[in-house]
Order: sequence, then structure tokens, then C-alpha cells
Amino acid sequence: MMVHGEIWTAKELFVYPNEYIYWSIQIVMYPFMTGLVAGAFVLSSLYHVFGIKQLKEMARFALVFSFALLFVAPLPIVLHLQHPFRGINVFMTPHFTSAIAAFGIVFFSYGAIVASELWFLYRKHFVEVALPLKEKQDKSVGEWLKFILFCTLTLGVYDISEEALRRDHKAIKVLAAIGIPVACFLHGYAGFIFGSVKANALWMTPLMPVIFIMSAIVSGIALCILTYTVTMEIRKFLAKRRMSPTQRFRSPEELKGVEVNVIRMTAKYLLFFMVFAISLELLDLIFRGYTAVKSWDVLRSVIYGRDFTDIFILQYAIGNLLPLILLLVPGLTIRRTLIATIFVLFGVFMMRWNVVIGGQAFSLTFAGYMHYHMPIIPTDWETFKEGLFGALSVFVLPFILFWVIAKIFPVFDLEESH
Amino acid sequence: MKSHVYRPLWVTLGLIAIILIARFFYVPKDFGIGERGYMYGWHRKGDVEFWKNFKVKYRGSAYCKDCHSENYAKLMQSPHAIIPCEDCHSPAIDHPENPPKLQIQKGRELCLRCHYPLPYPTSGRANIPSIDPDKHNPGIECVSCHNPHNPLEGLK
Amino acid sequence: MNRRDFLKNTARVIGGITLPLTAFKIINPRELLASTGDTEKVRWVFLVDTYKCVGCGMCVRACKLENEIPYDAKVTRTWVERYVITKDGKTHADSPMGARDGFTTSKIDLGIDGYEEIKNQDIDKGFFVPKLCNQCANPPCVQVCPVGATFQVPDGVVLVDRTWCIGCGYCIMACPYGVRFFHPVYHTAEKCTFCYHRITKGMKTACVDACPFGARQIGNLKDPNDPVTKVIMTERVGILKEEYGTKPQVYYLGLDREVK
Repeated sequence: MMVHGEIWTAKELFVYPNEYIYWSIQIVMYPFMTGLVAGAFVLSSLYHVFGIKQLKEMARFALVFSFALLFVAPLPIVLHLQHPFRGINVFMTPHFTSAIAAFGIVFFSYGAIVASELWFLYRKHFVEVALPLKEKQDKSVGEWLKFILFCTLTLGVYDISEEALRRDHKAIKVLAAIGIPVACFLHGYAGFIFGSVKANALWMTPLMPVIFIMSAIVSGIALCILTYTVTMEIRKFLAKRRMSPTQRFRSPEELKGVEVNVIRMTAKYLLFFMVFAISLELLDLIFRGYTAVKSWDVLRSVIYGRDFTDIFILQYAIGNLLPLILLLVPGLTIRRTLIATIFVLFGVFMMRWNVVIGGQAFSLTFAGYMHYHMPIIPTDWETFKEGLFGALSVFVLPFILFWVIAKIFPVFDLEESH
Repeated sequence: MKSHVYRPLWVTLGLIAIILIARFFYVPKDFGIGERGYMYGWHRKGDVEFWKNFKVKYRGSAYCKDCHSENYAKLMQSPHAIIPCEDCHSPAIDHPENPPKLQIQKGRELCLRCHYPLPYPTSGRANIPSIDPDKHNPGIECVSCHNPHNPLEGLK
Repeated sequence: MNRRDFLKNTARVIGGITLPLTAFKIINPRELLASTGDTEKVRWVFLVDTYKCVGCGMCVRACKLENEIPYDAKVTRTWVERYVITKDGKTHADSPMGARDGFTTSKIDLGIDGYEEIKNQDIDKGFFVPKLCNQCANPPCVQVCPVGATFQVPDGVVLVDRTWCIGCGYCIMACPYGVRFFHPVYHTAEKCTFCYHRITKGMKTACVDACPFGARQIGNLKDPNDPVTKVIMTERVGILKEEYGTKPQVYYLGLDREVK
């Protein structure tokens, strides 16, 4: 009879009998996805709170994308649970001495803030869609549904006077300001989940939440740049093909001008947070080596030996150093930024991997090792959800959701005053 | 407070209210803080009863001695007296009703648990008489020559 | 009062009553207060004599059968470790199948690296160490449970609620001793309960009863006349991994610095 974790765990030397890699790929995906949420939100707040005008176009995009990601963020943890349907217990009987229990509160308040901010941002749009439909006689079924949806979304407020919109604007600013610490908390607590496990020598460090927040912002910005660029390219392509006289689409040249500006500006922030994140990670590594407590022997053999490729080649060299060079060499082009952001995302993913899987690469005995073999071809439900395809599904879902949500919250070409 | 700015707040409070009401119906009534406080005692009280009522399977040698008095008496005279009956005979549970017959372990592996030579200094294992299973009548069950209830009585 | 108003008011009253009730259930100060006084008469503790243990593994077998842990599943609530320290200063340790079938070979199990033969004349010391849940005074596994599915009974035993555990595995990660695992049938966190169904009936645990050599003993630390308490109070006993601050309550005689 197979026990949970046995399929993908290989034990070497002396490992306790009950030890397996219990936290597998979905727990790598969990902080990765949560980090993207928090990062995207912080990026949008840079515009709303600090008034960095150059980020205007990106800000709205980032907020909607953050909302799409938000729904997916709990998914990896639910897929990881042995009893997914009991996940609701976290809301029902929260035990707040556990970092995971904070999830219910933090996730809920964060969701409320993002949703409210979106409501203020798109309220005018909702009213503008709902009102003409209300006037219209003999609506089709589709129009009825649309009408009901948008009426609900207005929450019964149809006032779009200058005064009302001014208040909206102020509310957005306040929410974005509250949102920054909450977003940091959302991800800081994900870091706390790991950092507070005193039984795990690799995880236990007070730096963990800060490292997680920094790398979260890095990954969030990188993903926003990536998605933004890809959508802009698609729009350019469409603009070229249609060249419609109605000018619903702007001309390709105009789009390109907007794009380069936005991306150069965002890339600067990406660089800033990247340097911060890498410094913290290196500080942690140096500190461990210098203090060299009891666990250092086994940690050193993992960090500089068994996981050397994962940590120093994949994470630091390809995931950090390479994009740094790509972004710092003068004359930044869109294509170069695009490649750099893909490497950045990969680097952050590897960082999560090296924390979660690397933290279980050695035994609690400090005298043995565990090797993780991620299930690729699913043979049953468990090897699907905690395997390659489960992880890929989680990664793809926010893009699909974004596509759906963007139909309600149009991201581009919205006439508005904010 | 009539301002439309507060609408999202009301929606949020409404959702919280729904969660709290759902909680009222979903959470078992005996869920609460036990004597160990919120950190260590936050639980459903009925679960303690579940573990208390778990089925006992190992009944101890005293449970065997009345019906199997002859074997019991013999065992008590031998160096194997320290070994509880159920170690080799398997747990009695509700024997003789359930199970009517116990699964007795007879293989060489059973005896080798103690009598495989591991002369480790500082361990009690070093003091137990042992045989090398590869040289000592391989393939033959120990009980075909030795009486486990009295290993000193001589070979059969 | 029209019907609309009546319904409105009813909803208000129901909401008004249930909201505070449910909210207050999270922290009840009176219950908290009651927990501060130590009126408990029992504190279960365990004593292991590593000199007496011969590594027969009968305790592991008994535990699995008594507590319905699938016999062939490679997880166990209790296990026995073997330590062999050779003259070159190296420590060799293993616990094949948790020692369910004892140690019937002199080869050390190295997992995926195969087996290591050790010559008897190279051995400086060798011994067996039974392990089980330490029923810590500060159980980190209970602290990290997000839903209150695992908890400590006032007599010190830490239990898991199989109907409430969500299977997140956080408690398994938080235990420095590796005593927790997922039950292959119930898919919830599983651990040694000191055979709670036996000790609360005045019996010993299944592993204590199954040990022919008296290497395992269970007792009540609050009873000064308990033989286990006497040993703990008057002899030199060790505990495992005290640097984690968990205050483990399984005491060992003859513990070696090499024990992991």
C-alpha cells in the first residue's frame, strides 16, 4: 500500500521512516502564484498612490490581472490538501497560532480591497453599459443577462457626476494605500508559513517573509510586463489587419510608442526590486555559512552539492544574473525586456522550488537525503494534481480568467478620468 | 453614510455575516477551547471519546492463561517467559469469538528478530544466544526442532 | 406592521443574535481562565531504556496491529533505529520498515544507495533506539494546525481529529521528530497516541506490553510513586532534540550523542 509522498520520494542514507516529501509541486506553485498576485497589486499601487504617471496604462492592467490571479492563488493549496472539501474549515474554525489560518482573513480582506478598487475604477463603465440597456425595448436573452450582470455590478449606484467620480478617485487612492501593506502581508505570511517552521533548518529564518515579499514583487512586475507586452503585440497585429475606420483600435505606430514607454518605466522598478531581493537571499546564505550552526553541514552539502545546479545555475545565473545584464545594457528594446522577464519569472519559480523542495531535500536526522521525482505522466488523480500537469493547469488558469474578466473590466482603450 | 463610496464596504460586511452564519451551522457544537487553551486546546471535544473508545486488540498474557494454562505454565518456567503470548500468537482481540483461531507466526524470521547475531557492545542484544541463519539448518523452521515454549527442554 | 417590515425585523433579530454568538465562540475568556490552573492529576510520560532494547521490533508490529496502521504501508507510529559507531568514528544508522520485522541482518540499509556491510571487529558501539511521539509540553505540531484538528488533552497526549483534519501536512512539517505521517486509508495526519484507548482504561500501551525486555515503559509524571516517575526523577535521563524548545516527554536512559 502506497503512502502519500512515497511515489515521488527517494530516500538516501538515514531518513526517518515517516519522512517523505509531503510538500510537493503545488506548494511550490502556491507562493509563486500568491507572489504574482501581490506583485501585480503593488505595481498598480505605484501609480495610484505615488502618482507615477508613466505607469498609468500598466496600473489598470495590473489591477485587473491581480484580480484574475487572486482567484487562482488558493487553488494550489486546495489541490495539495488530502481533503480538499474540508478546506473550508480554515474559515470555519481558524486556529490563528497557525500561519495558514491567517490565510482566510488575509485572503478575504485582500480580495475585498482589490474588488472594491476595481469597482471604483469601473463603476462609470458599468453604469454606461447598464443604462442604455435599461432603456432598450425588447432585449434579447443575452442582453437581459448582460443587463442583470451590469446592474448588479453597479451595486445600485448610478450617480456618475463629476463630484461622484472625484470621490471614486479618492477612494481608489485610499484603497491602494491600504492595499500595499495588505498585499505585503498576504505574501509575507506565505513566507512566514515556511520561516516559522523551526523543525526545518533551511526554512527557519526571520528573513523568509521579507525575501518572499521582494521576490513576489519582482515576479508580479515581470509577469505584468510579459502579459502586457504580449497583449499589446496581439493588439498591434489586430490593428494592422483591421485598420478599422472607427478607430476602436489605435494605429500600430501609436501603440508601439505607448508600449515602449510603459515597459521601460516598469522595467526600472523591476530592476530595483530585483537587486533588493537578491541582496536579501545572498545575505541569508552568507549568514548561514558564517554562523555554521549544527544544521550547516547537511545544508552545505545540499546547497553547494546536490542542489548546486538548481540554486546557482538555474536560480542565480539564469534567473537573476542574466536578466540583470539584459535589463542593464543600454538601449533596452521590447524584445530584450520580454526575454528578461521570462528569465526573471523562471528565476523566482526556481527560488520557490529551492525553498520548498530544497527544504525537504535533507532529512530531519541531518544524516540522510530525500530526492524529489515530480510525477510527469499522471497515473491517477493524485499524480495529476501533484504533478506536472496539475502545476501547469494552475499556471494557465489565471490567463484564461483574465481573458474572461477583461470582458467585464475592459483593460485597454477605456475613456476615464483616473 | 449615505455616500455611494461605502457600498463595497456593505457588501464586504454582508459576506462576513454570511460566513459567520454558515459557521454557526457548520461547526460542531462541541468545538471550542479546551483546558490547554487556544494554542494547544482548540478542538472538537467529542474526538477525545473517539480515541478512548478505540478497539483494544492486544489483551495481554493474563487473558490467555486461564484457558491455555498448560502452555502458559510451561512458558513461565522457561527463559522465554518474558515474551508475551501475543508477540508470536498475534493479538487475541475477542478470541475465541473473534477471531476463532489466531495467526501464529512460525517462520525463521520471527526467531531471528532476537537470535540473529548482532553482538553490539553496549546493547542488550549482545547477550542473547544467536545462530548464523545461513549455516544453521537453512530452510527448516526453528519450531521443527526447538520448542518455543521451553527452548531449554532439548531438541525434538 | 406589514409583511415586508416583519420579515426585515426578523432577519435583523436572527442576524443580531447569531452574529455575536458565533463571533464570541472564537475566544471565550472563561474557558481560557479555567485553563490556567493546573488541576490535572495525570501527565503521561514515556521512558525508554536503550541498554535493554535488542531491536526485535515486536513493539512496532504490535503498534501497527493495535492501532490499525496498514501493516505493509511504509509509515509507522513507532519505530526502532539502529546505531552502529565504527572505530573510524563514523556513525551508521538505519531503520528498515521502521524495524517492523526487527533487524535480521548486520548490513546497514542506505536507502537508494543499497546496503553497507560492517565487520563486527570494526564496531566500537552499537545499540537500538525506539522512537515514538514525544507528546511534547510545547507541541509545535498543534501550534501550526490551521483548523484545530490536532490538540493536546490536559493529560499531555496529542491527538488528531480524523473528521476535521484537512490534510495540509503543516503538522508533519512542524514536528522535528518525524513522528507524523498521512494515514494511507483516512488520508489525515496520523500519530502515536500513547494508545490512548488503553492508558485511559488502566492498561499499558501496546508497545510496552509487547516488549519482552522492559525497554519501554509508560507512567504518570504527576504520581510520585510511579516507577517511571521515580526513574526520571532520580536517574540521569536524556531527551531528544531539546534545542527546539518542544519539551519532549519521552525520556531516554543511555542516550548517545549520535542519536538523531
